[in-house]
Amino acid sequence: MLTSTVSENRDDGEALADAVRATSSAGRPLRIVGGGTKSFYGRTTDGDVLDLSGHRGVVDYEPSELVITARAGTPIQAIEALLAENGQRLAFEPPVLGAASTFGGVIAAGLAGPRRPFAGAVRDSVLGVRVLNGAGQSLRLGGTVFKNVAGFDGFRLMAGALGCLGVLLEVSVRVSPIPAAERTLSLDMGWAAARSRLTDLMRRPTPLDGAAHDGERLHLRLAGPEGVVSATAAELGGDSTPASFWPGLRHHTLPLLTSPRLWRLAVPRTCDLPELPGVWLRDWAGGEIWLVSEATSKQVRALAGGVGGHATLYRGARTGEEVFAPLPAPLLALHQRLKAVFDPAGIFNPGRMYAGL
Amino acid sequence: MLDQFDISLDPTFPAVDRGRLIAALAAVLPADGLISKTEGLRVYESDGLAAYRGLPAVVALPRDAAQVRAALQVCKSLGVPVVARGAGTGLSGGALPSPGCVLLSLSRMARILEIDPAARTARVQPGVRNLAISEAVAHLGLFYAPDPSSQLACSIGGNVAENAGGVHCLKYGLTVHNIQSLEFATLDGESFTLGGAALDAPGFDLMALVTGSEGLLGVVTEITVRLLPSPTETQVMLAAFSDVRSAGEAVAAIIAAGIIPAGLEMMDKLALGAAEAHTHAGYPLEAAAILLCELDGAKGDVEAELARVAAVCETAGAIQVRLARDEAERKRFWAGRKGAFPAMGRLAPDYYCIDGTIPRRRLPDVLEAIERLSAEHGLAVANVFHAGDGNLHPLILYDANAEGGIERAEALGGAILELCVEMGGTITGEHGVGREKINQMCAQFTAAEIETFHAIKAAFDPAGLLNPGKAIPTLARCVDYGGMHFHAGKTPFAHLDRF
Repeated sequence: MLTSTVSENRDDGEALADAVRATSSAGRPLRIVGGGTKSFYGRTTDGDVLDLSGHRGVVDYEPSELVITARAGTPIQAIEALLAENGQRLAFEPPVLGAASTFGGVIAAGLAGPRRPFAGAVRDSVLGVRVLNGAGQSLRLGGTVFKNVAGFDGFRLMAGALGCLGVLLEVSVRVSPIPAAERTLSLDMGWAAARSRLTDLMRRPTPLDGAAHDGERLHLRLAGPEGVVSATAAELGGDSTPASFWPGLRHHTLPLLTSPRLWRLAVPRTCDLPELPGVWLRDWAGGEIWLVSEATSKQVRALAGGVGGHATLYRGARTGEEVFAPLPAPLLALHQRLKAVFDPAGIFNPGRMYAGL
Repeated sequence: MLDQFDISLDPTFPAVDRGRLIAALAAVLPADGLISKTEGLRVYESDGLAAYRGLPAVVALPRDAAQVRAALQVCKSLGVPVVARGAGTGLSGGALPSPGCVLLSLSRMARILEIDPAARTARVQPGVRNLAISEAVAHLGLFYAPDPSSQLACSIGGNVAENAGGVHCLKYGLTVHNIQSLEFATLDGESFTLGGAALDAPGFDLMALVTGSEGLLGVVTEITVRLLPSPTETQVMLAAFSDVRSAGEAVAAIIAAGIIPAGLEMMDKLALGAAEAHTHAGYPLEAAAILLCELDGAKGDVEAELARVAAVCETAGAIQVRLARDEAERKRFWAGRKGAFPAMGRLAPDYYCIDGTIPRRRLPDVLEAIERLSAEHGLAVANVFHAGDGNLHPLILYDANAEGGIERAEALGGAILELCVEMGGTITGEHGVGREKINQMCAQFTAAEIETFHAIKAAFDPAGLLNPGKAIPTLARCVDYGGMHFHAGKTPFAHLDRF
């Protein structure tokens, strides 16, 4: 095992379990907090703060295994730095919204960056978790190996569950080698032309690693072995992209992404949505749309739902406004039954995702 | 009686009048959609794990999702267990009929409903064969990546139920990474769309939970799979080693060099010798182990990576490194690997294929331990692995007709799986738990974890009628098994009374 560059190494597992048991028996809810950098995301939830940021450290990392296991409170930047030292990275390229951002928070939020359509979602990389249930029991779901079909995949369920199912203590994720070559380029074209160019590029084995459209230009990031990257870059031509674009897109520092009220639409990338009510930025080859709009929630949700997608009010929900697309009643009931499996008393981040969950 | 098959350790259901059951199902299925005569039922008495057999009360053959839902409702109202079955190629007894169950065969739902080349997706019914998808989209320059060795026969619905893998998982992922949405019917007859046309869906990731759930949560009635563009160039290299430890080290070194091969397979001396005699693949018989490394991508890049893999293997002590000279030799190299299982017929009357995964770095230790266990149990073991992802397939050679033959093979298999857990791995990499590894689940998970799995099942199937006695052991079974197999004080079920 490599020595971790994470300075602090502390196991708060027992204390956290005690805190869960104490709060549970007192019948109070818990608000689970890592670095607090995404506290704006989701519905508001009350409760005693359960601070995970002290529970940190890399538990195991052997680069040839392509797996890292770390405690939930480990700063995500420390994990990414350690991986980079070893020529590796997180495939899902999560947004890091501040230095305090933690590994567990990144997994629980389930947000993936520009590489998502080409390298998979957060849950695609998660191999296993150690999680506290509402009784304060520590459950190990999944493991540390890529091929593992023993037991239900409760660990993948934790990615994007916003802490509603349990307290993540430890997560194992698969990591990827950093490709030998990377190029970025930009092409002057409207979205309609960009959409058909992307469809063509994605029908062929091209080394796409990012594809975004800002309303005027198509920005492409290529990554892979040198030969195919240079050949594809030569075929595409285009201009250079400002160095700040890709990090700004990933970490939400581009001006549009800092808007106080921001929608995130997940739609089929090939869908036809020519007119959007506001200012937009398309990522994920068109499969993710960031939208700043004065349209009503109902209108935006109808727009996304109409093409088979859904809309999230990523930031700036007003009082009484839902953040996530409402679920049909039978599906919500199934969610509630699943929550009760892990958290029968409903103490973990109640209502963060949906009322009654 | 095989221990795994001891149904006294499983949930039980009150007997149901068979005539009433048949009449109720006949009312919701087409005229040819029901098999109730014993000779017809015999066809379904086992899946790919042929040592275990059971007769269903009746076989239901729905033609569409509405009929599936209606049949499920009948089973729910009468309290009859339901076992779903795809092509029946599974190796863990996941489609083994429990006594008196309704066996729900999805084989007549075998249509490819839609191919969308722009979105790179195919919408298919669960009975469609895995390989049929790739065949149907090959002219578009696309393929469906997961390729279990049974891909000629196995169905996509079964693949989803088992989260099937294959030779190319290391680069292209498992079934769960290659599907976009599922239509899913519960025992209540309710239908859910999980996942969707976008890359994510609101709420919990239920599609991921349902994938690999072995028919315990519901029945998948439609699947939208993701397709990938076919690589322009594919090459295979064979590296031979004079000891297995060096071969294992070469595997770790290839990955550490930042190379993700499309496939990275390993065979030990016994396996490669039998495979060579069976298929004449051209394997070097003097080797103690060989690696097959498949690389794909653009032409120049593949050549550059091959050179790096060759250098890594030579540094690790390879005694021979050979590139397949042409497509015919590439196919021969793979034919040898794919023929390794049937080739076992040359070594013993029967073989029992084990399926565990370990962290790659433990490969040499695990191989040595398997050798020790093999000697202790007095049964030879040939080793074939998906080495790139640490997925082992030890093949235990035995004679089913010999007194206690199966029991001895199972005892050794169980010991190997427990070894995998001890080494930080898992009892099943891709075949599923099914009936076969139900006892070893008790070695991998604590009582609280197993109770959690039961509670997840109950959230979908409160009556427990879907594929009972599979995948998740009852705690009674774990107490019984733990008492037999674990050292005193170390059993994860020590706090439970025997019952």
